[in-house]
Amino acid sequence: MKKMIYLDNAATTRTAPEVVEAMLPYFAENYGNPSSVYELAGASKEAVAKARETIAEILGAKSNEIYFTGSGTEADNWALVAAFEAYQGKGNHIITTKIEHHAILHTCEYLEKVRGAKITYLDVDENGIVKLEDLEKAITPETILISVMYANNEIGTIQPIREIGLIAKEHGILFHTDAVQAFGQLPIQMDADNIDMLSSSAHKINGPKGIGFLYIRKGVKIRSFLHGGAQERKRRAGTENVAGIVGYGCAAKRAADSMQERTAKERELRNHLIRRIMKEIPYARLNGDPVKRLPNNVNVSLQFIEGESLLIMMDMEGICASSGSACTSGSLDPSHVLLAIGLPHEIAHGSLRFTLGDETTKEDLDYVVDKLKGIVEHLRSMSPLYEDFVKNGKKA
Amino acid sequence: MYSDKVMDHFQNPRNVGEIEDASGVGTVGNAKCGDIMRIYLDIDENQVIQDCKFKTFGCGAAVATSSMATELVKGKTVQEALEVTNKAVMEALDGLPPVKVHCSLLAEEAIHAALWDYAEKNHIKIEGLQKPKSDIHEGEEEEEEEY
Repeated sequence: MKKMIYLDNAATTRTAPEVVEAMLPYFAENYGNPSSVYELAGASKEAVAKARETIAEILGAKSNEIYFTGSGTEADNWALVAAFEAYQGKGNHIITTKIEHHAILHTCEYLEKVRGAKITYLDVDENGIVKLEDLEKAITPETILISVMYANNEIGTIQPIREIGLIAKEHGILFHTDAVQAFGQLPIQMDADNIDMLSSSAHKINGPKGIGFLYIRKGVKIRSFLHGGAQERKRRAGTENVAGIVGYGCAAKRAADSMQERTAKERELRNHLIRRIMKEIPYARLNGDPVKRLPNNVNVSLQFIEGESLLIMMDMEGICASSGSACTSGSLDPSHVLLAIGLPHEIAHGSLRFTLGDETTKEDLDYVVDKLKGIVEHLRSMSPLYEDFVKNGKKA
Repeated sequence: MYSDKVMDHFQNPRNVGEIEDASGVGTVGNAKCGDIMRIYLDIDENQVIQDCKFKTFGCGAAVATSSMATELVKGKTVQEALEVTNKAVMEALDGLPPVKVHCSLLAEEAIHAALWDYAEKNHIKIEGLQKPKSDIHEGEEEEEEEY
């Protein structure tokens, strides 16, 4: 088989074999609908309850605060739209950031354009961190919700969630966080972090695709987003994805149990990759905060070259990575996150993201850097931007 | 995503480089949109393109269309080169994904810009050649809204 090094774990992860194993009985054997009364259904019902409990325990939450959804995107949509509806009596203002995932940003645009919400999109600093004084200043008596992601999917920057949660609490404003990249990677505690709602997704932590959850703090009065049956305490209709939920429970436990050891190893490997790239490839720039950073995220801009070309050439060497270039998004603009941290367009187009997983080795990363050096050299040799740069005596 | 021909021209681009004292040089596109193409032409006294080189900053499709465009204009007269349209480049590459069609426009524009430069340098007029647009994305439609 062709060599493959998978470094796109922020896109999705390999479902862990023990997760698949845990899920299998809930297809052909224990296939009962958890809502049914007969014995067959009991196993499904129990399995769902157990997964819910596992996840709640990891977060320091109560199990009746965990609501399973079809994805992290659904959880984000639900949190924002339902909070807007529930608290309209108080106001119509929502504060979020310019670096959120599209599941948040496009939902905010929808609320703005169709539902008459007022949205403040906070700037971030050059490392991608929200400024707390900006947040304080943006709060008005009409503010009903603050939604700030726990950690960014592109540049890996971790936000001061606890402080943001405290500000929200002091002002009596709901606080939601999109923790799709953070759950299972960082120790999250709902009470200490002052979080009212939290979105997550299983497939980012070696769980299956198509299952996520929204944590809703007891007392937060948001209604259901999908209408129908009485599942999920009447808040999320639709027959439970039993196997998916079981898989999520298993993946969450696995991630929580291994967190300390795994993230320590990933951090070390991450720093090794960053060090080698910065040392051995000229005109490279690390995007995101060097310290307040997801343990598995590396994001660099390689000047004078374009991201999609890089990705195709890396793919030819068996390396899976991603880029914030326009060409990978189907639009003409590069990643909104890279623009928000102040990168010029042409540098944002040349960005490259590697996200490590629990199977990544140092040898993998050394192979990647060795290949990357040649690829960058090749692409620069055919870049008119590099040609101009050289002709100008290597002055930008 | 890409045809075998596109991948071939991306992996083994033909005519990459510069021509010193070129008869005409054209650069189009902009870094903001993520693609810049520069084409060098060496044109003899009979107005035949003897050599053609390119440098491109852009995606796989941009590199492949540059490579194919240089292949198509080599050996052609200036007039014939004008007929190398983006459609011809795309067909020669066995097609491009819809989102990449603008890359083939870039190749056509780059050839036109290089020919324009040649015409200006030599104070001649090439029939049917219009002054190239400075930005190939000019007039492109805004993205459609969702919902």
